[in-house]
Amino acid sequence: MPDRNETYARLTGLIEPFNKKDIELSEATTFVGDLEWDSLTVMDFVAEVEDEFDIIISMNLQAEIENVGQLADAVLKLVD
Amino acid sequence: MTDLLSKFDPLIEQRRALLDTGLTDPFSLVMEKVHSPTLATCNGRETILLGTYNYMGMTFDDDVIAAGKKAYDDFGAGTTGSRVLNGTFFHHRDVEAALREFYAMDHAMVFSTGYQANLGIISTIAGKGDYVILDIDSHASIYDGCKMGDAEIVAFRHNDVDALEKRLKRLPADAGKLVVLEGVYSMLGDVAPLKEMIRVSKAAGAMVLVDEAHSMGFIGENGRGVAEDQGCIDDVDFIIGTFSKSVGTVGGFCVSNHPKFEIMRLVCRPYVFTAALPPSVMASSAASIRKLMHGGNKRAHLWENSKILHAGLRDLGFRLGTQTPQSAIIAVIMPDLEKGAMMWEALLHEGLYVNLARPPATPAGMTLLRCSLCAEHSAEQVTQILGMFETAGKKIGII
Repeated sequence: MPDRNETYARLTGLIEPFNKKDIELSEATTFVGDLEWDSLTVMDFVAEVEDEFDIIISMNLQAEIENVGQLADAVLKLVD
Repeated sequence: MTDLLSKFDPLIEQRRALLDTGLTDPFSLVMEKVHSPTLATCNGRETILLGTYNYMGMTFDDDVIAAGKKAYDDFGAGTTGSRVLNGTFFHHRDVEAALREFYAMDHAMVFSTGYQANLGIISTIAGKGDYVILDIDSHASIYDGCKMGDAEIVAFRHNDVDALEKRLKRLPADAGKLVVLEGVYSMLGDVAPLKEMIRVSKAAGAMVLVDEAHSMGFIGENGRGVAEDQGCIDDVDFIIGTFSKSVGTVGGFCVSNHPKFEIMRLVCRPYVFTAALPPSVMASSAASIRKLMHGGNKRAHLWENSKILHAGLRDLGFRLGTQTPQSAIIAVIMPDLEKGAMMWEALLHEGLYVNLARPPATPAGMTLLRCSLCAEHSAEQVTQILGMFETAGKKIGII
């Protein structure tokens, strides 16, 4: 089982280049609400995460992920 | 009471702001009279049509109209029923025969629209536990087909063969997989690298569906589309197409060589639970498809038009969606929605209709003026069109 803290750190690292408004990140930071990402940014970011962890995050699953903490949990589950 | 329509307030406000500037509404144009595939009267003004999907100009073809009129007289105005009950007339079977001849394939199934063809086939063949892998810039009908079905949906970057291959390799080897591609992407008019994409899809054990809506009749030696042009049509499991573009009528279809394909007629809900098209439309469509098989000269003229318009617009200083002309669609990229709407209106005043396309239909948040050419546009009309773009572009300050 990969370490959650490490996964979370890798994810926040991936978020940074897309975090144009320098929003302070936490588990509860939402992608659409707080980071104000449009669907194109979401798509680019998802592709980055998929390649970084060598996983697939289907659009069905994306629809259930709203914040950074949920993404970390989902990625952990997929990597496992 | 919560007003369920309040979720559309931002869009209502955006439209109001745009129309308050005094601009004509780009989304409520009425053609008062249509004179030919390339000419109509709009707001009392004679207008060259450069924003229809009438690529091969079949809407006014004498044989197409005559076939429709005869079917109207012989079979009546409508079917009043589903294809699987009382809605299959002689002409529904005949147009499916015409499609089998056109594509040289074993099976053809006609839907009431192209939208329903994608909706029906995708949602029916990809079920629970299966995967649909699609290009992120796919048409709304493909996305809606995915939404209606129970499969897992995986998107990859537009026309990116590596991104597709990587994702295919990450999926369970034994899971059912459907890769959904389009021959021509209708917003920018760019063509997909189908040969490579189909190669990696087949290597991963996926079935392939290609939507050739914007290439039928025009691209490929026999007008079968981009897959034919790239020499990989035999590896495509399902081709989706429409009658509302090159064929010049309305309707959608799927053609396939799959030996079990006919079962679709019983299990595909958007085929079963809707009324069959009127016999006149089917007869016109069959006549049109059979004529398109011999449309070599028209195809050549349409390519000429596309090349001249693309080069002309580029030389005038417009930013275009593709470096080279790849299809009958040439997209002119506008700086923003407001400028796009102003340019659209200025062109209409010049006597030219093009499509104004905006997000979310467009990729990367772009506002586009989409020009779609017709084989019936004369060389003089194309010259005229370029003159109109020059006048309007200078007036709005885009060039």
